Amino acid sequence: MGLTRRAMLAGAGAGALAGRARAATDPAAANAVGGPAPRGPSPAIGVRILHITDTHAQAAPVRFREPAANIGVGAARGRPPHLVGEAFLQDFHLAPGTSAAHAFTFLDFERLAHRYGPLGGFAHLKTLIDALRAEAGPGRSLLVDGGDLTQGSGLANLTRGQDMVALANLLGTEVMTGHWEFTYGEAGLRALLAAYKGSFVAQNVFLTDEAAFANAPAFDAASGRVFPPYVIRELGGHPIAVIGQAFPYVPIAHPKRLTPDWTFGIHPHKLQAVVDEVRGKHKVDAVLLLSHNGMDVDLALAARVRGIDVILGGHTHDAVPVPQVVGNPGGRTFVTNAGTAGKFVAVLDLSLARGRLVDLRYRLLPVFAEQHRADPAMAAAIAHWRAPHAAMLGEELAEVGPLLYRRGNFTGSMDQVICDALRTELDAEIVLSPGFRWGNSFLPGHKLTMEDLLSETAITYPSVYVQTMTGAALKGAMEDVCDNLFNRNPFYQQGGDMVRLGGMDYACAPREKIGNRISAMTLNDGTAIEASKSYKVAGWASVSLPQDREPVWDVVARHLRRNRHIVIPRPNRVKLIGVAGNPGYAAT
Amino acid sequence: MTETASDNLADFLPRRRQMLAGTLAGSLAALFGAGPAQADDVVLADPKAYPTAAFAQKTEADALKAMFGRTATVSPKISLDAPDIAENGAVVPIAVKTDLPDVTAIAILALDNPFTISAAYRIPPGTAAAVSSRIKLAKTTTVLAVVEAGGQLYSASRSVKVTLGGCGG
Repeated sequence: MGLTRRAMLAGAGAGALAGRARAATDPAAANAVGGPAPRGPSPAIGVRILHITDTHAQAAPVRFREPAANIGVGAARGRPPHLVGEAFLQDFHLAPGTSAAHAFTFLDFERLAHRYGPLGGFAHLKTLIDALRAEAGPGRSLLVDGGDLTQGSGLANLTRGQDMVALANLLGTEVMTGHWEFTYGEAGLRALLAAYKGSFVAQNVFLTDEAAFANAPAFDAASGRVFPPYVIRELGGHPIAVIGQAFPYVPIAHPKRLTPDWTFGIHPHKLQAVVDEVRGKHKVDAVLLLSHNGMDVDLALAARVRGIDVILGGHTHDAVPVPQVVGNPGGRTFVTNAGTAGKFVAVLDLSLARGRLVDLRYRLLPVFAEQHRADPAMAAAIAHWRAPHAAMLGEELAEVGPLLYRRGNFTGSMDQVICDALRTELDAEIVLSPGFRWGNSFLPGHKLTMEDLLSETAITYPSVYVQTMTGAALKGAMEDVCDNLFNRNPFYQQGGDMVRLGGMDYACAPREKIGNRISAMTLNDGTAIEASKSYKVAGWASVSLPQDREPVWDVVARHLRRNRHIVIPRPNRVKLIGVAGNPGYAAT
Repeated sequence: MTETASDNLADFLPRRRQMLAGTLAGSLAALFGAGPAQADDVVLADPKAYPTAAFAQKTEADALKAMFGRTATVSPKISLDAPDIAENGAVVPIAVKTDLPDVTAIAILALDNPFTISAAYRIPPGTAAAVSSRIKLAKTTTVLAVVEAGGQLYSASRSVKVTLGGCGG
């Protein structure tokens, strides 16, 4: 745990309230990077918030390679989270080759993965979190989960998330919000929440007019809110509000049929009213937003809404070691994002006075599994849930050739494997594979199991499809997805990466506008794709097509079983235009 | 009250589709040309007063000229509620309200739709100036709320994105 002590002194940062958190860093603390982890909260700090997010049902420790491409355009260029590799190390003063450098960047991934071992795992998280809570003392800490707890593994898919809710209860998660939780449908989500011992909060989920008219169940009929917008907890004598912000684009990023009665969105004005309510009516000393907006949306939202002290962010899976400070008409708001796959625990220590935040310290601790004993009760619970499916999950499909990973704006070797499998098995010219930001990494020589494959594919709308598309339709779809990634207004971004293309190469200019980003589309044999010509296109995870064919994992597993060894004969390439020198892009 | 309207002139029949208790209070709008609000389920418009030509226009300037005979200036006193990204482009909820005095009409325009004006309401004297509607959007567009008040025309706008969706994080 080399990184960490980049103390944030809100008072000292007063001169740079609208600037980068870096300006407010305690200079003495900056030197501690690579040194020993600090022990315990500083004497002035009375309340400790622990934040995990986007664990994506990874109950066991994982390897997860951070992106080599996380490009920011416009105002987001070169600003966290849009820093990768060397630029990331420089910005956060991390030394190459350290455990922190391995946790936060893709650099030298294979070598360092062998040196430092896997990260995360709920049994190891449990030990660390219990220790962090003991440090804070009784009644002074709160554990919150930003969502995407219950999706991303084969087991979670089979149990419809129930295994992960059981683990969260053991872990002691007290407040959460959601994203993929909604893809189990309303009945599935309500079953999860019935089992969950904590509070599920979301200020931005409402009944549709039709559902309200039909008296569908809601937390509050007057506002139409389906869930409580916030909870108030007293910690160390201080009332603290945790407001929930679920993923705002559930019915757009996923099949609308899964949540037909609910409408989402960002709703800054309604959020402002909630903040005003908890400050005015409940006289809280701190307001936290537990958000699944994604970091760019959170940064934009923080500039608009007054009175939020800290946004604890997720969704975009950005591991950002230092909170970003955003000025707004009410003062300033600190914005964080805490990575994915259980790799990190965010530790937010607050010093509070009546009605206001006096001081804070934030650390994003990488969780190296080898450094924390597995909690026996949690390990037993994980084994208990896995046992009925152990044989299916443990099947070895094929041996990994080159390093497999997904995360990155445009391509990932794991996605190339999926595309190659679908192209062959479904006899298609082109394959579209979704640019999810979850999905583990696997080292050369590893025997890839069904469980590993499911960690890349386990969703509730997994059917493959084959359809005919014209070149023009294909370009239109690619432009549409690309705009969700690079629109200069973060409120028009959805937080995923670019759809992966198998069987064709193309060029992309992220700084252009929709309609002008995608060009030079060519098939594997070099033939240019023509706008009016039709192509046989396979894919999976369609939000609109019927789920009437095999799940993608069965198709890929069949392919891998036959070949026994994973090779990537012809990686598809995306030529990037206009991003030279962008700190969010590292040529690899 | 929620009126359902559309960019399609043929669909622009004066009908009340739904009465929602939560949105009824303070929101009473009568269809343009229909005079004061009626209690009946179906309100028949006076054909002579129906602004057929205005609903057939294809640009903001032409539509406002045909409907109101003047141009609009941007006003911060209009609240326009619309999604940033439409969950379903076929039914996009739009709500307009304003604190401007002496409001006589409210219109909703989608600038990139085939026909620019989606809905228009005459606001009788003494009525709270608030309407909500659903409109159909063919593609990503600027949505314009136009308020006629005190003989002047005011507007507020927002961009609403229409996307294919999918591929979330």
